[in-house]
Amino acid sequence: MPKHDHMSLLSITSLQKSFVSPEGTASSIVDVPEFSLAAGQQIALRGESGSGKTTFLHLIAGILAADSGSILIDGQNMATLPEPSRDRLRAASLGYIFQTFNLLQGFTCLENVELGMAFGPLGLDRTRAKELLGHVGLTARLQHRPHQLSTGQQQRVAVARALANKPKLVLADEPTGNLDRRNAREALALIRRICHESGAALLLVSHDADVLSTFADVRDFAVLNRATQEVAS
Amino acid sequence: MTILLLVLRSLRQHALSTSATALAIALAGGLLLSVWVVKTQSQATFTQINTGFDAVLGARGSKLQLVLNALFHLEASPGNVAQADYLFIKSHPAVKRAIPIAVGDNLRGFRIVGTDPELFTEVEYAPGEKFVFSTGRLWQGEAKEAVLGSFAAQKLGLKVGDIFHPFHGLIYDEKNQHAETYIVTGLLAPTNTPVDKVVWIPLHGLQTMSGHDPNTATDVSAVLIQLRAPAAGFMLDLMYNRQGNRLTFAYPIAAIMGDLFAKIGWFDRVLALVAYLVALVSAVGVLVAIYNSMVARQRDLAILRALGARRRTLFSAVVLEATAIGIIGMIAAFAVYAVVASVVAAIIRSETGVVINPWITHPVMLWAPLGMVSLCALSGLVPAWKAYQTDIAGNLAPSS
Repeated sequence: MPKHDHMSLLSITSLQKSFVSPEGTASSIVDVPEFSLAAGQQIALRGESGSGKTTFLHLIAGILAADSGSILIDGQNMATLPEPSRDRLRAASLGYIFQTFNLLQGFTCLENVELGMAFGPLGLDRTRAKELLGHVGLTARLQHRPHQLSTGQQQRVAVARALANKPKLVLADEPTGNLDRRNAREALALIRRICHESGAALLLVSHDADVLSTFADVRDFAVLNRATQEVAS
Repeated sequence: MTILLLVLRSLRQHALSTSATALAIALAGGLLLSVWVVKTQSQATFTQINTGFDAVLGARGSKLQLVLNALFHLEASPGNVAQADYLFIKSHPAVKRAIPIAVGDNLRGFRIVGTDPELFTEVEYAPGEKFVFSTGRLWQGEAKEAVLGSFAAQKLGLKVGDIFHPFHGLIYDEKNQHAETYIVTGLLAPTNTPVDKVVWIPLHGLQTMSGHDPNTATDVSAVLIQLRAPAAGFMLDLMYNRQGNRLTFAYPIAAIMGDLFAKIGWFDRVLALVAYLVALVSAVGVLVAIYNSMVARQRDLAILRALGARRRTLFSAVVLEATAIGIIGMIAAFAVYAVVASVVAAIIRSETGVVINPWITHPVMLWAPLGMVSLCALSGLVPAWKAYQTDIAGNLAPSS
């Protein structure tokens, strides 16, 4: 029976995920015996491409279903919830920042941020969406579409969207991977500052030494993950 | 609210395919509405119009041809009725009124019909409706004077006091001009019946027009009959059609016109079938348009799922999008219908003088949009299922 840290916002025990190849052989991608994150804490995970970091974040977010183990988020076990409940928990408690921003190209900046809260308990709140975009310095770009923005501005929209539903935990997957050095530095600072101000915990994965050097708490995913086989999830 | 936002943005993002698909639906819906309403309105109007008469007596031949010629002023006359036959039916105790008509001339394509003044003074062309002159008066005696139906006057551009030469035959040929001249003495107010497209002159004038056979100068083309009682019609039908062999007694007129629509009913059915097929093709178009766009939308759908959108939310959004395209298409269909029905109504009026009202409400105006929108919603189920099955992780590249 795994022991959970009741003070943790995120508490993972014995988490396992494997994929079956077209040839029929199962490959273990994620095998994390234990991991935890306290409310408001900011942790960086170091790992090379193909190490299973994205899969790990997808499992935490409930985008993928775990094979076994436990992912307790604010008292709810994402690993055992049925899919609709995972969707609800994700919409209510998690924010996700992607390397490629993943903004919806047919929607304005404002609508992209609104959609970040639309599926959770807050529902659409235009005022809050405007405030968030103002907070990331995009007040003048509310009605712009993503393709009308620079990459740095797009990532700022993605940050605002990730915070839109007042998440307890923000997952950031190589959030500076598509930015130049200056924009990367600014975006990272923004993410950390906004998470800190909103009280959201941050779990960021990256292989960029510059990014990792800004974190006091950096974990090595290769140590955390016992799955030895290199994967490309 | 969120679903509505998703649908509206998707429609905007795929504006070209949305417009093209909605246009196809508009054409299909407009065609369906037009076929249905014009068919039912034409049938209702043509079978109700008898310009105040119960029956027509004419030369031996088709009853339909006789009615079309004598009341609708279409088709050629099947032959003549001798004066003795006219006088006999006129004095028959079962007959309330018998009005002779003679045809055979035209004025620039509009028929010239000779008749008795009684037609305009005594007959109600519809219950409670007598002929009214918008300007001028009826001809006097056997003078070379003419009265024009409203549509004929408008198209010919004639007014009271104008003079014209009749032309021989039912089809206009400028080489066949008669020597006589007629003066317009009156213009009839619109009746929305075939009377509107006729140039009326005294019976004697047409019978004795220069170039007409003097041996038939007392014959008439047909006799329009009002009966004292409906039962008399069956008695006369027996007398003329079963026992006699020289003349045809067309009665009842509504049933004869009904036969016409029964004969051309196949044409309605073909048009309706075409409209149904176009509607089906349009619905398949909705399916194909949305389904094809689903490949491009996989990433967007995955993003929405990552933001917490549930599968059923995306499913509903796609079905609603297909439904919205159907609704847009059917709104536009009424515009298509307005154009098509107006053109068809104008053609029917110019060819027959009969005015059909395409703006009258009809159940098809409810069930056709409902049917089409439902069909579109159904066609949205397939792409919606594809949206439902969207794999989030697989579409959120890249991964690390």
